[in-house]
Amino acid sequence: MAKFIGAVDINMERCKGCDLCVVACPCSVLSLQPKEVNNRGYHYAFAANAEACIGCAACATVCPDGCITVYRVTKQSE
Amino acid sequence: MNIDDIKRAENVVCTKPRLLNDNNMHYCPGCSHGVVHKLVAEVIEEMGAEHIAIGIAPVGCAVFAYNYIDIDWIEAAHGRAPAVATAAKRLNPDRLVFTYQGDGDLAAIGTAETIHAANRGENIAIIFINNAIYGMTGGQMAPTTLEGMKTSTTPYGRRVDLNGHPLRITELLAQLPGTCYVTRQSVHTPATVRKAKAAIRKAFENSMKGLGTSVVEIVSTCNSGWKMTPDKANKWMVDNMFPFYPPGDLKNTAAEK
Amino acid sequence: MDEEVRLMKGNEAIAHAAVRYGVDGYFGYPITPQSEVLETLEALMPWETTGMVVLQAESEVASINMVYGGAATGKAVMTSSSSPGISLMQEGLSYIAAGELPALVVNVMRGGPGLGTIHPSQADYHQATRGGGHGDYHFIVLAPSTVQEMADFVGLGFDLAFKYRTPAMILADGIVGQMMEKVVLPPQRPRRTEREIAEQCPWAVTGRPAGRRPNVMTTLELDSYKMEENNLRYQATYERIRRNEVRYEEYLTDDADYIFVAFGSMARICTKAIDDARSMGIRVGLVRPITLWPFPEKPLAELSKRVKGMLVVELNAGQMIDDVRIATSGRVPVEHFGRLGGIVPSPAEVTDALKKFISRI
Repeated sequence: MAKFIGAVDINMERCKGCDLCVVACPCSVLSLQPKEVNNRGYHYAFAANAEACIGCAACATVCPDGCITVYRVTKQSE
Repeated sequence: MNIDDIKRAENVVCTKPRLLNDNNMHYCPGCSHGVVHKLVAEVIEEMGAEHIAIGIAPVGCAVFAYNYIDIDWIEAAHGRAPAVATAAKRLNPDRLVFTYQGDGDLAAIGTAETIHAANRGENIAIIFINNAIYGMTGGQMAPTTLEGMKTSTTPYGRRVDLNGHPLRITELLAQLPGTCYVTRQSVHTPATVRKAKAAIRKAFENSMKGLGTSVVEIVSTCNSGWKMTPDKANKWMVDNMFPFYPPGDLKNTAAEK
Repeated sequence: MDEEVRLMKGNEAIAHAAVRYGVDGYFGYPITPQSEVLETLEALMPWETTGMVVLQAESEVASINMVYGGAATGKAVMTSSSSPGISLMQEGLSYIAAGELPALVVNVMRGGPGLGTIHPSQADYHQATRGGGHGDYHFIVLAPSTVQEMADFVGLGFDLAFKYRTPAMILADGIVGQMMEKVVLPPQRPRRTEREIAEQCPWAVTGRPAGRRPNVMTTLELDSYKMEENNLRYQATYERIRRNEVRYEEYLTDDADYIFVAFGSMARICTKAIDDARSMGIRVGLVRPITLWPFPEKPLAELSKRVKGMLVVELNAGQMIDDVRIATSGRVPVEHFGRLGGIVPSPAEVTDALKKFISRI
């Protein structure tokens, strides 16, 4: 059975911390920085639980600012 | 598998479209405008149409659309985008001409231009952001504001006896013989974003085929104006906007032509 | 089409001249007394010959915004209307001026204010020469007094509009629009090709070829310093126009003791009044401003040093008289004679007004 492994890059300076990617992610990969802010004062999103990412791109699809790049590889399970 | 092995150019499945430039968008966090801008950029890019694309920006929050999508733009006077688009398209029939308008621009001050351009069947695409409020000027009542909805000019909620009824202009446009494709979409979930993108692509293709006017309404949120978080605004939209502005195709005669 | 001599109305001449100049698009809305422009264009069907677009819009507001959109793509576009319709176009005109777009607008004036009358008037002089809409701007205003000039000023208006990247207006009145005269129509010119537009109008919004930065036509600038720069650039253009494009005509001014200042149809009536007055021994001449903006201040200033008085004759309550007074700086008595509400004075009435003016000063 094929398994998807994913990863995300988030442009933290472009991110406005709107939280929509966090809500959209089916695997609870993303969170908003609880304390840290970017140069514009936003609690930006980050992959708090990066290993769970399946590269479905739900986060990037709903991101209003195009901050997220999603990568995906297909791995055949042994 | 090492994360650096995953993060390779050949493994990218989704990223910011090239035509959406690096300027930080002035929209509030979570604003639907950003998503729709991204879709417009993606569709033009995928159609390979940037050399023929002419966007008409409105007055309203999207007045600065030209700062974000790297195509040629004309910024129109408030409500006049369909008139501007009419001339741009008629004088340059091989160009892809579309307007990007909000509810105040399209359905209040520009009602005449909208209806007449659509009724003439101008070969343009109209992208209509309906968030039921005037965002740019600070959250005043729009023609599409729902009954009972609070805005800065209806602080106790829109009253039909005082303020009239919310306007379903998309239904009105669907009645006109000049329109070939009239649809209502939203961009609050990954699935609806993909559907909205397909609708924009269809609208752009219709206009290049000369089938008439296409209208893509995007039922949207204005979380600042609505005074909610972006996520709550999406839920409020589903619960309150969708019953009055139900998503789906209202007309698709383009398929028959 | 070769050069051709025809008998026609001023409004019709505008339409014929537009097609022959190679205009790309006309967008208009019917209003008396200029509807013949649109009617003639629709009858000529230039889309079959030159490819010119002709469209009856839903309103004057739509018309002028179509002109804005068409001009932004580098095309030669125009509209025509009459006073109330021109009032509706003021916002669009302000945008076209701010966008530094070439365009031609024809105003065949009728009497106002309000819905007013369909009879001739020159009461939009202030509106035309002061910009008319919001903001600090001007555009070139050409005042024809013959059907020939109606035809000629289409080409002149577009040439100037493209030279300075500014709108131009033909400010005619109902008399010049409706009367029939002999007119020499110019030979057909080809419309500009896409390549010519790209070369001559590198700012045009045409779709972005690879390697070019986006062309954006906007009049919005929230940075006050940049907005001031924009305004200074507009003013520099207006200064160049003031220096280079003043046009006027003098008639029997060399020995004149008195001067009529009149434009458009009133200049014709003054010419007859001059002949009558001279037969009575009154040495009077005429200065006819052809460009109302820029206004021919210098010739009037020169004349004010040697004549005894100037009578400004207009179909309004006294508008161009302000510019004559500015030009003459109080050196001579300047008074106004005019009729209102669509009434056109006879030459005898004008001569009579001159005699009374002379007896007063």
